Amino acid sequence: MSNILAAADAVSGNLNAIGYGLAAIGPGIGLGIMVGKTIEGMARQPEAAPMLRTTMFLGLAFIEVLALIGLVAGFLFQ
Amino acid sequence: MEHTLNALALTQTPLAAGGDGEFHTPSISEFFPDAVLFEGTVFELNRIRIALVLVTLVIAALFAIAMRNPQRVPRGGQNVAETAIDFVRNSIALETLGRVKGTRYLPYLVTLFFFVLGANILAIVPGVNIAASSTIGLPFLLAMITWAIYHVDGVREHGLFGYIKVQTVVPGVPKALAPVVILLEALQALIIRPFSLMLRLLANMMAGHILLVLFFSGASYLLLHGGGLLPVAGAGSAVMGLAFTGFELFVAALQAYIFTLLTAMYINMAISHEH
Repeated sequence: MSNILAAADAVSGNLNAIGYGLAAIGPGIGLGIMVGKTIEGMARQPEAAPMLRTTMFLGLAFIEVLALIGLVAGFLFQ
Repeated sequence: MEHTLNALALTQTPLAAGGDGEFHTPSISEFFPDAVLFEGTVFELNRIRIALVLVTLVIAALFAIAMRNPQRVPRGGQNVAETAIDFVRNSIALETLGRVKGTRYLPYLVTLFFFVLGANILAIVPGVNIAASSTIGLPFLLAMITWAIYHVDGVREHGLFGYIKVQTVVPGVPKALAPVVILLEALQALIIRPFSLMLRLLANMMAGHILLVLFFSGASYLLLHGGGLLPVAGAGSAVMGLAFTGFELFVAALQAYIFTLLTAMYINMAISHEH
């Protein structure tokens, strides 16, 4: 028990940073998949590129907001 | 809450001391500078709001000057303004809303795009260095206007009950699941859409400002007060800061685009007849 307490003392800083790191994992993977698939689609069918790009930015908005909520939560729940 | 205030007080102390030899940590308090004009009234303006008023006037003046004497064959400023409007028209309005409805909503979408863009670009304007959209007021107001527009026009288009049906009923859902889906869709239309619209713009610009402050304050601290090889790291930090200034410009444009695109999408969802 005392070991755990000592370890907790040794680590200083803000837990929010770790929380934000965790919150960024999922959206990071999601963005990677989305952008990769869009590029794949553009390469297969270059004439569909404008439509794919618009849809990609739309998807980006929805994925990105998760990471941003993680950032805001760090400031809110201090 | 008390904790937050304590944290604010702590981060403000080095600032009050003049910041000599102290590392200036970016904090939330930067987004709320002291009032400059009309202190204590509802019209209180701090430097961010004054910059916002100025940027609004600049955008309005630019368009007014460019379009003051429109010609059939555009030249000079009119050309630039038309290219800018055409971008919003072709890649946002017509793409999502179609020709008839896209043209009807074009004035709002163009205004929204350039206003948000102007407010965002303040983040990298020297002397202001903070986006007007990085405090909650502006994103909240814009999200609320969009929210009101799509609800009002949806009700006008479908009638009240028709509109509720369009927004909440998803065809092809099993009967047993229908209540849950209806509840979720209603929550989506009423709360999640405006909230995420607001939060996306706010958090993007806030994060950008914090990032820039971190790089540049780190650079100045390491260059002026760092011993040994630390000034080298300071120079690296300054270079990163400059690179991220460019990135901020990109984010400013992207966020204006996304805000307008989502607004057009939400309007289309509310007034279109297919689901």
